[in-house]
Amino acid sequence: MSDRKNINAILIGNPNTGKSSVFNKLTGLKQSVGNYPGVTVDKKVGSFKLDKDTKVTLTDLPGTYSLNPNSIDENVVQDFVMDQKNVNNTDVVLFISDIENIKRTLLLFTQLKDLKLPMVLVINMADRMKKEGVSLDLEVMKQLVEAEVVLISAKTGEGFKDLKNIIRNYSRIGKEKLLELTEINPLLFGKFNSDVPYLEWLKLTKANHDGNLEYLKKYDLDAVEVRHYQQKEIILRHKLINEIVTKAITRGEGVNQLREKLDKIFLHRVFGLAIFFGLLLLIFQAIYTWSAAPMEWIESGFASLSEWTKGTMSPGILNELISEGIIPGLEGVIIFIPQIAFLFMFIAVLEESGYMSRVVFITDKIMRKFGLSGKSIVPMISGTACAIPAVMATRNIENWKERLITILVTPFITCAARLPVYLIIIALVIPSASFMGVSYQAITLLLLYLLGFVVAIVAAFILNKTLKTKVKSDFVVEMPNYKLPLGRNVLMTVFEKTKSFVWDAGKIIVAISIVLWFLASHGYSDNFNNAESIIAEAHIEENLTPKELDKLVSSYKIENSYIGTFSKNLEPAITPLGYDWKIGIALISSFAAREVFVGTLATIYSVGEDEQATIRSRMAKETKANGEPLYNFATGISLLLFYAFALQCMSTIAVVKKETASWKWPLIQLFGMTGFAYLTALIAYQILK
Amino acid sequence: MTVLDLKIGEEAIVVNESLETLPLKLIEFGCLQGSAIEVVQFAPFKDPIYIKVNDTFVAIRKDVGEKIEVTIKKN
Repeated sequence: MSDRKNINAILIGNPNTGKSSVFNKLTGLKQSVGNYPGVTVDKKVGSFKLDKDTKVTLTDLPGTYSLNPNSIDENVVQDFVMDQKNVNNTDVVLFISDIENIKRTLLLFTQLKDLKLPMVLVINMADRMKKEGVSLDLEVMKQLVEAEVVLISAKTGEGFKDLKNIIRNYSRIGKEKLLELTEINPLLFGKFNSDVPYLEWLKLTKANHDGNLEYLKKYDLDAVEVRHYQQKEIILRHKLINEIVTKAITRGEGVNQLREKLDKIFLHRVFGLAIFFGLLLLIFQAIYTWSAAPMEWIESGFASLSEWTKGTMSPGILNELISEGIIPGLEGVIIFIPQIAFLFMFIAVLEESGYMSRVVFITDKIMRKFGLSGKSIVPMISGTACAIPAVMATRNIENWKERLITILVTPFITCAARLPVYLIIIALVIPSASFMGVSYQAITLLLLYLLGFVVAIVAAFILNKTLKTKVKSDFVVEMPNYKLPLGRNVLMTVFEKTKSFVWDAGKIIVAISIVLWFLASHGYSDNFNNAESIIAEAHIEENLTPKELDKLVSSYKIENSYIGTFSKNLEPAITPLGYDWKIGIALISSFAAREVFVGTLATIYSVGEDEQATIRSRMAKETKANGEPLYNFATGISLLLFYAFALQCMSTIAVVKKETASWKWPLIQLFGMTGFAYLTALIAYQILK
Repeated sequence: MTVLDLKIGEEAIVVNESLETLPLKLIEFGCLQGSAIEVVQFAPFKDPIYIKVNDTFVAIRKDVGEKIEVTIKKN
């Protein structure tokens, strides 16, 4: 019998040290993303085999600079290593450092070491050592840090064999502490009667951070003293680190010329911003050009799939549910996979390359005028994909007011979910002609994007004037080295984010499609139940073919179905906006998620329809009572404005609730944004009609 | 003199006696008494500023920069 063995390893390190590259290199595609209990920080777990019988389970903790909690991501790491259960379960800790920033990264390393964890110091980017004139004495290093040390390169793959060997022999890894804590204050640290005195100290700093002053009293301490000792701890650690680095590493007079050269361009007072906006334009241009073709394939693919299902499956309720409910609903989400994936790709490239930090630097002053921070740029760009990751990306904004304003205005940014709505309405109401080579439709889309940004900025400005909180800024942003993004990392990020987006949105959409289909094909009134005889009677003189009669029956049925009855009652509120009861249904269901709009209309228009056509051509055929097309210019613009401003996304509301820890802000957002949307749509329609 | 008074590329040393007013993160990055510091780039009106301290490159705002006291390194 073979004894199968599982080794539990965790991956910790500073941001920008190539931690995710190491994770991807080790685990390949064998990884999954979950959440830490109570917080929406991604928890990545992967696995790989050392040999036939030995499996390693690797948990990737978020990148952090120290165990002193400054942000939510850091809290996660602190909570993880302070939990005795996690510590007992951990066989080995792979600490990812990189050769250029080893001094800074060792701070966290020494802290973890003092928690008596089985540490391995993994020094990444070894391939750059020679070029930069750095050399490291491995044996000296091992002695000084009292841990295993290994040089690797996630890029070239060197050193991974050694790393795996160390993991295999994890039981030999030492667990000695490095810092003599009593040096900070002999009296206080002498009081800690524990195997791991540093853990006691972390509990104190955590209590201080959380405002739990009762706990501090146990040791006769106050907040000022705790902070003072924290500083002293950091100073002592830096002293220790300086000794280590001086003894083990020799550094030539290498200047990072790439950093200097690129900074001169990207941070230029005039060109810096111009380059940034130019890049944004290029990115959006690329997203549209590249995704046009795949989107067409998806569209026509779904049309034929629906037709095939309808023809192949035996007729009946299941056939109807699938071909008229689920398939059109799914199309609504799958259609924008190409755009989302490209957008996530560009964001990943900008982040990985180190350019994003430069954007933070050049925009900070301007953004502050609106109550935002340079760090709001990343959430706002991510917002063009989806508000949910964008709201989560605000976590590294230290200033609460700037963070809150960023969270509140980000949903105004045109997200990918609005795109299908925009695209279909634009195609219906904006002429396809072009002006000096640029099509009106493209200009409209660009204007809608700009509108989102402008309204977000104006809303931020107003919020900044109304919210009267004064908080210290503590804005500290690392400016990482420039590096060529690893294709593998970018692809993994794109795959993961697109997958979870499509999965989350898909679940809602399929559920809503089914409910809608049910509500649209069932009714309670006599009118609904006797539709056949009522229609037959009304048209008795017209000599209609059975087919024509069927059509009239089904549209009469929808009108008198559950949802038709409900939406008709809603008409007085939406008629002034230029909508009919069918659009009303789509509008209501979009409050779960905007992208449901197109799918809903598809479901409603296709219920009872024989021939399959694209959603767009079905919409174009819709007419008002007087025979004019329903989707005219005024109604189209009114719809575009409504979708631009209304907060129609349950997931955003949920994530804002989580991130602000209150219902107050998401509700203000929901009513503020939707009220504003209603007003602008109303005004636009009344002027244009 | 503070870090805001330095010229770009001028090598200096942090001389703060007390670190109480500095963000903890900056201290973690090694902005301590005796650490080497220099300005890499000023944004217009010296806000924010991009510095190299203890071999780490960071951007900070003017209000934090005002609190970092420095003295120019003599060669």
